[in-house]
Amino acid sequence: MSRLGFMWANLFRRPVRTWLTLVSVLIAFLLFVLLRTVSHAFSEGGGFGEPGIDRLVVSPKYSIIDPLPISALQQIAGVDGVLAVTHADWFGGVYQDRANFFPKYPVEPIPHFEMYSEYLIDPQQLEAFANTRTGAVAPAAMAAKYGWKVGDKIPIEGDIWAKKDGSRNWEFDLVGTYAAPEDLQQPAVFLLNHAYFDEAREVGEGTVGWFTVRIADTGRAAEIANAIDALFTNSLNPTRTITEAEQARQFMQQIGDIELMMTGILAAVFFTILLLTGNTMAQALRERVPELAVLKTIGFSDGAVAALVLGEALLLCAVGALLGTAAAFGAAAVIGPGLEEAIGVFEINGVTVASALGVSALLGLVRLSIVDALPER
Amino acid sequence: MAVVSCKGVEKTFIKGKESVEVLAGISLEIEAGDFLALMGPSGSGKTTLLNLIGGLDHPSAGSVVVGGQSLAEMSARQLAKWRAANVGFIFQFYNLLPVLSAQRNVELPLLLTALSSKQRQANAAAALQIVGLADRARHKPGELSGGQQQRVAIARAIVADPGLLVCDEPTGDLDRETADEILKLLETLNGEYGKTIIMVTHDPKAAEHAAQVLRMDKGLLVEDAA
Ligand SMILES: Nc1ncnc2c1ncn2[C@@H]1O[C@H](COP(=O)(O)OP(=O)(O)O)[C@@H](O)[C@H]1O
Ligand SMILES: [Mg+2]
Repeated sequence: MSRLGFMWANLFRRPVRTWLTLVSVLIAFLLFVLLRTVSHAFSEGGGFGEPGIDRLVVSPKYSIIDPLPISALQQIAGVDGVLAVTHADWFGGVYQDRANFFPKYPVEPIPHFEMYSEYLIDPQQLEAFANTRTGAVAPAAMAAKYGWKVGDKIPIEGDIWAKKDGSRNWEFDLVGTYAAPEDLQQPAVFLLNHAYFDEAREVGEGTVGWFTVRIADTGRAAEIANAIDALFTNSLNPTRTITEAEQARQFMQQIGDIELMMTGILAAVFFTILLLTGNTMAQALRERVPELAVLKTIGFSDGAVAALVLGEALLLCAVGALLGTAAAFGAAAVIGPGLEEAIGVFEINGVTVASALGVSALLGLVRLSIVDALPER
Repeated sequence: MAVVSCKGVEKTFIKGKESVEVLAGISLEIEAGDFLALMGPSGSGKTTLLNLIGGLDHPSAGSVVVGGQSLAEMSARQLAKWRAANVGFIFQFYNLLPVLSAQRNVELPLLLTALSSKQRQANAAAALQIVGLADRARHKPGELSGGQQQRVAIARAIVADPGLLVCDEPTGDLDRETADEILKLLETLNGEYGKTIIMVTHDPKAAEHAAQVLRMDKGLLVEDAA
């Protein structure tokens, strides 16, 4: 028998309690890894490119699900200082599996790529995009990820939008891919043809999600934004116009809030479970004080007894953590990327927390006096 | 030469404002290879004295020298190390660890030595052989009779080969016949293996197995009646 064998034997003194403790630790670590992964996935998502400093975004003032009438485009184009206007919308939709999350925007092909001139597309493919009713283009990286080739049909299940025939099975023809220059964040947006989308959808014809505006003079951004919003102040669809940079900043802030909230929930769950576990372990230890006294009689020092008991707790935590993490990896197939980064955080937090709790649970117990604790002398 | 030498040993327990003087000045010497029985009424301080000689506690006054080492001056850590190498403890209620087999209970003290895992196993098996329980090595304490458990406890006490065995009412929980077997075993350990034994008992029949009997009353040694 080794010391490890001794610890192991002690863990199975009350198998039910050990199993329950193990399961608690396992769940704590499972939750930890999964929630870290989810919150990480949040910050990965988005798909905004580098904000253009000369672009404004015109959104509905009160809710992003209120659409704007497409007729507003002409009015916006008429505002002094506006060079170009185009529009886009949220398509939502699911490609094969909810885990395959990427935004899909119906856009006007040629004006869109004129507006986002930093995104590069083969002119012939752009023309095919403009001329194919059911055409779509995807970022090259996205096409590679899902194994799409130009000419493939991409089925998307419409969770927001149904077609006029009531069907939700949309299908798009991939006519090209586009890329961003190296110094730009890869824009992970699947683009489809607005004209087709608008005529095929069951409801909402003639509306768009938002407009993007290019202005000539960035120094006049605030003034132009105010002028645009003034056009619609008393309409059914008041607008809110901000620079793309400001939009990106607000978006990041929201993600930050979500991450903070997730981290809060996470910490609470993790600490609660580990505190309960620590408490159970401390209780288990209290029952064993006479046995620990016997160990000390035999010649185990305070330190050696503490090491044994702490080792038991850590052994249990380690097994639970390992199984919990393994379970999280199993579940990760559903959740997708980001697990590796999450594991990095987990190593630091998890082990520190577990050992800190173990230590605190023990401190009061190991310094027991043998003579007082020996059973039935 | 005296293996154990106590001079003017006092022990006072302090509980809140009350202090109880349990040992009131005890001096005694025990020669190597002795088998000493310590008798006396309940509460006379026998266990307390045994704990001091075994290095489990410090005296309030006086000196306890065992095997040339003055225990009063040693730290708790030093005492633990000293106990592991020099003293075997045998208790009335065996104090085995219920989760471990007999073999593993006996191996426990060897975890504190530098012996290899193989050697630990071999030594534990040898100790079980000496107490006549080789065939029960895999049994847990709960699967053994009282007498068998006490044999395992004795094997655990001798496995690290200490010179001194301290036994606190080792037969107090056993029937006559089983008690006699345990006492014979102690005699063998004393006679054949040269262990110095100090045994607390209030059973005169048990004391007959010892070579020498000391009596205590109210924290003091009293004249040997024999
Ligand atoms: N740790 C202790 N704290 C306080 N009093 C103790 C302690 N240990 C023993 N005593 C007291 O010392 C006296 C002698 O105890 P003990 O040595 O166990 O006697 P014996 O073994 O002869 O029956 C008893 O009155 C007991 O209550
Ligand atoms: Mg006693």
